[in-house]
Amino acid sequence: MSVDAQTVRRIAHLARIAVSDDEVAPLQGELNAILAFVEQLGAVDVADVEPMTSVTPMAMKKREDVITDGGRAQEVVANAPETEDHYFLVPKVVE
Amino acid sequence: MNAPVSPKKLIKGGLHDWEVVIGMEIHAQVTSRSKLFSGAPTAFGGEPNDHVSLVDAAMPGMLPVINAECVAQAVRTGLGLKAKINLRSVFDRKNYFYPDLPQGYQISQYKDPIVGEGEVLVDLPDGESITVGIERLHLEQDAGKSLHDQSPNLSFVDLNRSGVALMEIVSRPDLRSSEEARAYVTKLRTILRYLGTCDGDMEKGNLRADVNVSVRRPGEPLGTRCEIKNVNSIRFIGQAIETEARRQIAILEDGGRIEQETRLFDPGKGETRSMRSKEEAHDYRYFPDPDLLPLEFDQAYVDGLAEGLPELPDAKKARFVSAYGLSAYDAGVLVAERASADYFEAVAKGRDGKAAANWVINELFGRLNKEGLSIEETPVSADRLGAIVDLIGEGVISGKIAKDLFEIVWSEGGDPRQIVEARGMRQVTDTGAIEAAVDAIIAQNPDKVAQAREKPTLLGWFVGQTMKATGGKANPAAVNALLKAKLGIE
Repeated sequence: MSVDAQTVRRIAHLARIAVSDDEVAPLQGELNAILAFVEQLGAVDVADVEPMTSVTPMAMKKREDVITDGGRAQEVVANAPETEDHYFLVPKVVE
Repeated sequence: MNAPVSPKKLIKGGLHDWEVVIGMEIHAQVTSRSKLFSGAPTAFGGEPNDHVSLVDAAMPGMLPVINAECVAQAVRTGLGLKAKINLRSVFDRKNYFYPDLPQGYQISQYKDPIVGEGEVLVDLPDGESITVGIERLHLEQDAGKSLHDQSPNLSFVDLNRSGVALMEIVSRPDLRSSEEARAYVTKLRTILRYLGTCDGDMEKGNLRADVNVSVRRPGEPLGTRCEIKNVNSIRFIGQAIETEARRQIAILEDGGRIEQETRLFDPGKGETRSMRSKEEAHDYRYFPDPDLLPLEFDQAYVDGLAEGLPELPDAKKARFVSAYGLSAYDAGVLVAERASADYFEAVAKGRDGKAAANWVINELFGRLNKEGLSIEETPVSADRLGAIVDLIGEGVISGKIAKDLFEIVWSEGGDPRQIVEARGMRQVTDTGAIEAAVDAIIAQNPDKVAQAREKPTLLGWFVGQTMKATGGKANPAAVNALLKAKLGIE
């Protein structure tokens, strides 16, 4: 498996990472090197192995349904570049 | 998939008849105090970003911890949909960028949802029933809200909804008309409200639908579908389907092709329009959320929740039919809301079920609808309506007087029995008194008496006069019998 230049651009766009034209070729090489490394796993027969979604041999902890948080709008928006009345302000996103 | 479809459900195009195929994804907000993965409140509204924890705002280093009640609610809902409950399910990240999704991904369930296949029995207005397959139900986070009308070049983001638990309930493409689709959502909403797992408030967006619509000539394979996003009323769901089906038929009959895409229904313009341009085709890159372990529980946990379930609408309807002798239609009307069903049962207890149903459906519901009130706001309690039904049954008042009595109890309140006594509303069953009234009317109207012998339908006029003379309190059967005898009408 390998990626072409167009796929590199697409992945970058999906991740909202700005990639300039002259960065595409080196990134393509790096990604393909990683894929080749991972591809070695293809040598192992995993037909009967259930995909592993966790390495921790414990059950997921659950919380009680009680309100323990909120009421901290000032803190929530403290790092935002622009705010008004505790709203986050962002460049207009509607089409 | 290719079961023959009833011809009346087909849509007539310019050239052919078309079958519309509909599947739905319903997003139902889970009823819980706090959010799916944080302790912030779920209450509607609130000051901007006031119901937000640092988890919901996706601050670095914050970790999600699942709310046990949201899990229980999803399992209860699965049981209510007669669905397979998966004892092990997995949370995945669904990746996309939008300002009201601060994590950059929604925590959802993809390959292994908490609830698998189930079904919903849907009654249609014409008395027919259909079974709609449920493909799955999974838990996921809601996103925040963006306001676009506050400024010409900025959007305002409020994360109060961010992280609230939603159940996405996915149906099979088993619906064949806008009417079926509306009936399905109505029934699903009723089940959720009975279970108490979602309040079904569509105005607040607590229940909303993504509707998948395609059309085909009957018997052909499924056509290409379009998804209409976020339709937020049952009426609009019907309109959106009709509009979209006709749009697709027009394209196909012109020799065109349907592009698979996401569309938006504009109720004002009565049209659907494309939401996203094609190059933005979604690629969510799902993968298991490394911050969360698989969700696991045992069958005993599920059984415990099953024991606590209330009687559901289908079972209640069947019981109303068998125990109270109601028609399937009346039973269906009564069980549509749990509060209505409870009210009816309070009235019907120890009384004639059919009479109780008539009074609840015709008088009470009629009046509540007229005033725009819900059953919870009724000024006439079940006890008082029951007393009115008793008074008719005992022959104390006539059905006509009962309606006046209902009106008095509705507007003034009070105990129906006391009102009947205090205002002299008792029905006159004493034949002597009725006879006196009848004799007086016959004596005063010799011409009408003569006519009545020729034209027996004039009896109605005499009945009316007698009722008037007795203030409506005469027993109508007794009046009829007496008049017939005295006028010599058979």
